[in-house]
Amino acid sequence: MSLDLQTVVDSLNTNLPDSVLDVKTFRGETTLIIDKKRVREVCYHLKDDFGFKFIADITAVDYLGVKTPRFEVVYHVHRFGPDFDDNVRIRLKTELPEEEPRIDSVVPVWSGANWLEREVYDMFGIEFLGHPDLRRILMPEDYEPHPLRKDFDVRDREASKRSFKRALEEGSE
Amino acid sequence: MERIEFLTEEIIDKETGIKTETMVLNMGPQHPSTHGVLRVVLRLEGETVVKAIPYIGYLHRGIEKLCEHITYQMCLPYTDRMDYVAAICNNIGFILTAEKLLGIEKEIPERAKVAEVILFELGRIESHLLGIGTSALDLGAFSAFLYLFKERERIYDILEMVCGARLTTSYPRVGGLPDDLPENFEEAIRNFLKAFPKTLTEVDKLLTRNRIWVDRTKDVAYISADDAIDLGLTGPVLRGSGVPYDVRKAMPYLGYENFDFEIPVISDGDAYARYLVRLEEMRQSMHIIEQAINNLPDGPYIADLPEIVLPRKELTYTRMESLIRHFVLVYEGFKPPPGEVYHAVENPKGELGYYIVSDGSGKPYRMRVRGPSFVNLQALPKMVEGRLIADVIAAIGSIDIVLGEVDR
Amino acid sequence: MALNTNSILGGDGFVTTKLSSFVNWARKNSLWPMPFGTACCAIEMMGTLASRFDLSRFGAEAIRFSPRQADLMIVSGTITYKMASVCRRIYDQMPEPKWVIAMGSCTCGGGPFDSYAVVQGIDEFLPVDVYVGGCPPRPEALIDAVMKIQKKIEMQGAPLV
Repeated sequence: MSLDLQTVVDSLNTNLPDSVLDVKTFRGETTLIIDKKRVREVCYHLKDDFGFKFIADITAVDYLGVKTPRFEVVYHVHRFGPDFDDNVRIRLKTELPEEEPRIDSVVPVWSGANWLEREVYDMFGIEFLGHPDLRRILMPEDYEPHPLRKDFDVRDREASKRSFKRALEEGSE
Repeated sequence: MERIEFLTEEIIDKETGIKTETMVLNMGPQHPSTHGVLRVVLRLEGETVVKAIPYIGYLHRGIEKLCEHITYQMCLPYTDRMDYVAAICNNIGFILTAEKLLGIEKEIPERAKVAEVILFELGRIESHLLGIGTSALDLGAFSAFLYLFKERERIYDILEMVCGARLTTSYPRVGGLPDDLPENFEEAIRNFLKAFPKTLTEVDKLLTRNRIWVDRTKDVAYISADDAIDLGLTGPVLRGSGVPYDVRKAMPYLGYENFDFEIPVISDGDAYARYLVRLEEMRQSMHIIEQAINNLPDGPYIADLPEIVLPRKELTYTRMESLIRHFVLVYEGFKPPPGEVYHAVENPKGELGYYIVSDGSGKPYRMRVRGPSFVNLQALPKMVEGRLIADVIAAIGSIDIVLGEVDR
Repeated sequence: MALNTNSILGGDGFVTTKLSSFVNWARKNSLWPMPFGTACCAIEMMGTLASRFDLSRFGAEAIRFSPRQADLMIVSGTITYKMASVCRRIYDQMPEPKWVIAMGSCTCGGGPFDSYAVVQGIDEFLPVDVYVGGCPPRPEALIDAVMKIQKKIEMQGAPLV
């Protein structure tokens, strides 16, 4: 029996009222805009009651100059269905303001969110509260800026060069 | 925080009661068996791994940021360089996502779709050949590596005939194929299908019941089905633990629902199971290619969409309107409607997802690539902690990572 | 190599030459490459070392992944700033004489990646002997580069001690 996404939305509105701020569809995909303070509860509800056990992707988008709040954290979660034949995918989005880019981590819900959230922290500077090991993953540990923010120039190699120099000096000690 | 992990700790050896220390060993970014620039720091108690911490980012080139400054068509060569072992699969994934964003999936001609299926499955065979070949090389089976690479050269010949490049293909375009398939394409594919099973049987005989191979991969790098789902693993790693999830069957694309194939699933969860899954997947890919080449339809190879597709060369060189349209499409790119879309394809390594946010201009506002190897590599500590150090190599080989995809 | 060929043809069974020519001949025909492969060019390098474009025909049979045992470093693939310090350390560990091939556009000048993390050409921190362009270069191009190194050794040689 196929899961109807309207059932999911209705259940969320009943059990966790005011957590879903908006529902959008585009090209056959459903997106739920979630209140940023209720992210973990919504994820637990989806996982425990509807079987969305698989975290496909966590990423973020920087809307500097386009809209406020500036950041959006995007989750793609997936459900297999009891016999692995009822695959449903849904997208959750939360909005974070520029002054306070902090949100609860969903690592307790799906442990696969660990590195995905570290990458978002590395690239955007968004902090995940409750993450077991939040540090940079793709850039060197002593790198200062957050590259994927829109106010960072793609060709700005100065911070990388400083990090390289420090690594060379450390290595020659 | 990093330095604390490196400190050794004192322990009392259980058998003899002697006070000793754990050892920290660095499998550095330059290592013959790490399939690229992966660094794993191991804390060892004798030969047993107590803690394993992978460090990545040594190949982070900033592809996602670069793609925000160029048109969609210019993004295509960057996708080759991510999973460089099966570049054609990345290309097709990106093209399908752009087509979904534009909403033109129904306009793609059948010939283009079937050709893309053939090339995608060739890419899958190519990737598994390298995956099995290099993990065999790491564990000492050099002949298997040479036999499998000889087959890869045959696939390179076919790809070179179709698009001109061996490795970094950049082949399809939004709307179909850039040019019609060459005349001897069908003959080349049929020759490949005739010659390939023989090599597969040879490698099967060399490895599958080889005492050394079985001892080094059976019950090594085990991960259970529940852990695998929780960690978000996909691809042969997930199917080797008994979870029958394959994007081609779960959320079909490119007409895969019309092909008759099975997805191999084995529930042992160890490196040997993953090897068997990959071997069987290659046979299933051959089956799909055979069905596709028998039913390759004639007709146009690219959609008839003037806003998106470049005009034919003979029109560009003779008519002013076509020249202007060519110029505008190359300079500004086609403009999809504002919105966002996520599309997943079944890469040989797992689920490759593209998430594109468009603001209505010719350049993507945000392009995110969900690389399967990035998520699969999270499973490494769980697979090797508590096991012997030699199993780390077998584990890395069985997850089959490509650092270009991990780091992007 | 300058030989006194009359001795070979029915002489006392010996050839005469300069010591440096002899050493250069031996060095160039037994280069031990160390593949420093990071990205896509590494796959083409593996293809060169495999059976179709066999590099061991040119004497480069012993592929050594340890820098202490190699004399030719083939840097293939994009080098990022995070990896650059590692690359420099590996180069410093190689014993003299040593040569470096920069394989692929990324090592020659950054390639298509003009971004915040990629070194625009490894000659920023390494002395390079031969540059091979291409993305990735064909195996024949890499073999041509090894042959150029061989020519360089023959012409200029390297100090004996």
